[in-house]
Amino acid sequence: MDLHLSKEQEMLRKMYRDFAENEVKPLAEWVDENEAFPEETVKKMAKLGMMGIYFPKEYGGAGADVLSYVMAVEEMSKVCGTTGVIISAHTSLCCAPIYENGTEEQKKYYLPKLCSGEWIGAFGLTEPGAGTDAQGQQTTAVKDENGNWVLNGSKIFITNAGYANVFVIFAITGITTDKRGRKKKEISAFIVERTDPGFSVGKHEKKMGIKGSSTCELIMEDCTIPADRLLGKQGKGFGIAMKTLDGGRIGIASQALGLAEGAIEETIKYTKERVQFGRRISQFQNTQFQLADMHAKTEAAKWLVYSAAMKKQNHEPYTMDAAMAKLVAAETASDVTRRCVQLFGGYGYTREYPVERMMRDAKITEIYEGTSEVQRMVISANLGVN
Amino acid sequence: MKAIVCVKQVPDTSGVVAVKEDGTMDRAAMATITNHDDLAAVEAALRIKDATGCKVVVVSMGPPPAEGMLRELLAMGCDEAVLVSAREFGGSDTYATSQILAAAIKKIGVDDDDIVFCGRQAIDGDTAQVGPQIAEKLGMPQVSYVAEINVDGKAVTVKRLLEDGYMTIKVQTPCLLTCVKELNDARYMSVGGIMECYQKPLEVYNYETLKDDPLIDVTTIGLKGSPTNVYKSFSPPVKGAGMMMEGADKATVEKLVSILNDKHII
Amino acid sequence: MAFNSSDTAAFKGVWVFCEQREGVIMSTSYQLLSEGRKLANDLGVELCGVVLGKDIKEEYLKALGGYGADKVYYCNHELLDVYTTDAYTKVICDLVEDKKPEIFLIGATNIGRDLGPRCAARLHTGLTADCTHLDVDVAKYKEFLKTTSTIDVDNTVFEENTNLKMTRPAFGGHLMATIICPRFRPQMSTVRPGVMQTQPYDEAGAAKTVIENVNVALSKDDIHVDVIEVKKAAKKLVDLIGADVVVSVGRGISKDVEGGIKLAEELAGVLGGVVGSSRACVDAGWIGADHQVGQTGKTVHPRIYVALGISGAIQHLAGMQDSECIIAVNKNESAPIFDVASYGIVGDLYKVTPMLIEAIRAAKAAK
Repeated sequence: MDLHLSKEQEMLRKMYRDFAENEVKPLAEWVDENEAFPEETVKKMAKLGMMGIYFPKEYGGAGADVLSYVMAVEEMSKVCGTTGVIISAHTSLCCAPIYENGTEEQKKYYLPKLCSGEWIGAFGLTEPGAGTDAQGQQTTAVKDENGNWVLNGSKIFITNAGYANVFVIFAITGITTDKRGRKKKEISAFIVERTDPGFSVGKHEKKMGIKGSSTCELIMEDCTIPADRLLGKQGKGFGIAMKTLDGGRIGIASQALGLAEGAIEETIKYTKERVQFGRRISQFQNTQFQLADMHAKTEAAKWLVYSAAMKKQNHEPYTMDAAMAKLVAAETASDVTRRCVQLFGGYGYTREYPVERMMRDAKITEIYEGTSEVQRMVISANLGVN
Repeated sequence: MKAIVCVKQVPDTSGVVAVKEDGTMDRAAMATITNHDDLAAVEAALRIKDATGCKVVVVSMGPPPAEGMLRELLAMGCDEAVLVSAREFGGSDTYATSQILAAAIKKIGVDDDDIVFCGRQAIDGDTAQVGPQIAEKLGMPQVSYVAEINVDGKAVTVKRLLEDGYMTIKVQTPCLLTCVKELNDARYMSVGGIMECYQKPLEVYNYETLKDDPLIDVTTIGLKGSPTNVYKSFSPPVKGAGMMMEGADKATVEKLVSILNDKHII
Repeated sequence: MAFNSSDTAAFKGVWVFCEQREGVIMSTSYQLLSEGRKLANDLGVELCGVVLGKDIKEEYLKALGGYGADKVYYCNHELLDVYTTDAYTKVICDLVEDKKPEIFLIGATNIGRDLGPRCAARLHTGLTADCTHLDVDVAKYKEFLKTTSTIDVDNTVFEENTNLKMTRPAFGGHLMATIICPRFRPQMSTVRPGVMQTQPYDEAGAAKTVIENVNVALSKDDIHVDVIEVKKAAKKLVDLIGADVVVSVGRGISKDVEGGIKLAEELAGVLGGVVGSSRACVDAGWIGADHQVGQTGKTVHPRIYVALGISGAIQHLAGMQDSECIIAVNKNESAPIFDVASYGIVGDLYKVTPMLIEAIRAAKAAK
């Protein structure tokens, strides 16, 4: 694995940093306090090609690679976890499944709108009774006499939902019997637009962190969509969902990585300024060792994340890599941000400094797009431990 | 129509400034950035491109690593870049620099409806001289301290800043405008732009390329051809330590005020 | 005989470009004349003021003598009323080519910095921008270095000559450079407004000064721009340079911008001064650019300079470190502003400033 960034990637990193510092960071506190979706920032990012980084130009993408996308989520998350997850959910959970499973017509129609940021994308798999257990789905899709699909059911905890125009939705299209004679739900994927009849966005969740991210319920009541909205083949939905989540985990791992790095940067700055007992607290060995440990852990997580991204780029199997990256990066982010708050002491617990926000934001990375426990299941299964 | 923009790569003096033992700036130890006013000039040109579809050519005189800066400007949307770089050009003062850049601009070619843009001044020298001097060498009208630009065919109307107000000036192309950073907020490089910037043309003009221009004469370029020389350079002494007050409460403030009072400062 | 800028022996006298706006001579001109007088005395030559304009009052021209001009070259022409690069450059270059001064000083105003380089390029001579100190005499230059540099002056060799030694800050004041222009004349320099001291007005000098009306050869065809309008800023701009007391705010007011500026205004009011700011506040749009102190803003040396929440980037220090008394309030005890401060308080400006206002009010009331 070549660990050197290309000239273009170095330049992208510089641009992302510049953008994050000047456009995203100044709003981060406001976004959190007001639970506000940073619409203007999203428009600015879209203008710079950040809403479709690794898709080919023919579909309106910027023509860069997966690692370049990872770095974007990482750099935004360093200063604002909300902004990081908006790009991640849009790109990995909506653009990617359409790009990887869509027909040419679907790709030509949806991707340019998504990559340009004209439309925002979201992903609807989770239901009240089916989170990590995707087989617990209740939403159904039935073909009517005109050949349209009619969807019924609801989805919850959907990232970007309040602002998204396009949703990749999973629904049961039948019951099949597997080789051993067990009955299984046949799941299919659909592209649903916000304006489709019978589709509505329900209640907005109040969250502990990533408060500006719009997390809502989706409700489908006889939601009728044309036949050509089926994404991939009928009955292949479960595979599409799992593959999409593999990619999504790289995005969330990047968000976690950014949060950890951002908290360390803030803490280094603070410990060099804050004086206690007549010395800067950076002069205490506890501070030094804590930060050394945190940095080492974060760098280790970074290479897992980058390596998963490169494998995805090279079309190598990366399911286990994505799971490891997300597990390690998320747990690192939670641990690091918690320790950073501790180094800040009382100030760290106040909202005057950003580390408490980072700590709240970090927690979700251990939960969404597969909890840490699910990642352990994926990794152990790949190891053949069963 | 095209826009030719002169840009300079400068040390980033917003952070730590490294000074060598002999009192000169340790450029190698410092990060480099594109000069702020020059970025405003680039943005002004790109906005004209957005409106008219004209070509934007960026030109910089500097050592080979300045290519990195030019690639970034290409990633912002500029179309072509020229790096003017030669040992013979080293050590040039503003007069000599303007001769070389004027020769380079002539080589790029100035059409009737072209505009040459410069930043007002560079943060390393703060002279604000090279722009007007290029204009003189090219024999074109100049407007400096430009804070607003409207282009209508060959007529360019600009707002020129004065200390206590501004002038509105109309000038015909070809002309040279020096831009202040307040003119605009320069755009970021875009992801797509970055992916393309290494495929865009970047030409290097060396001494051989420009030597036939009458402006390029060993007696008027480089260190030897520069009218001005450094007689001495030095570091200012560190000012004597003042008095740090103990604490920050009412007693501290009252003590300070009584000192100021005793010394008849207030 | 063709003009040859390298025939240095043919050039004599010190000139100052005396800029006028709306018929009124700018105060920078008096500063430059005062400085030019010293140089002319050291060289034993004449000091001349150069005025371009239309129907300038004679008393204004005479007044230049009060600040040291032996002679005033007055270029009176309709097309010189409002500044244009083309007209001014032509008239000045014609005059220089005719009279051949050895030194030519121009105020580093927005106009001076447009005119100077264009003239220098046409005349083929050197120009040093934004000078803060000038010498011709080596002994005087050495004296200057003794207090302003870290050079071991007595053990350093200085080339003896009467070239104009033009000292200017570089890299925002991190370095100082003294520039010479040995092979070409005139030796041109733009000088920062507010840096040179104006000498007391001398009635006798004003009476003695000779006004020479210059025959101006200028037509509309010489000018390639149209000045459509000249507009003064609507809002009264703050006079930082002339202020006795400046209370400046920096990034430290980010917590409550309005409150911070209000405190600064109040303190400035009590001390009889004006509000300044660091570049950070101007860049953030918190305060107008006319308040900016520093390398890219104004250079000030008031009697009292109060820095509230200013860390003291070198670019800022360059514009205020020569103030007589500097009082700094900053939360961060290692802020560089404390290196130049006469008095420093490590504390929250929102807490310290109101106490300071109250204490000063009390002290004044007690008098």
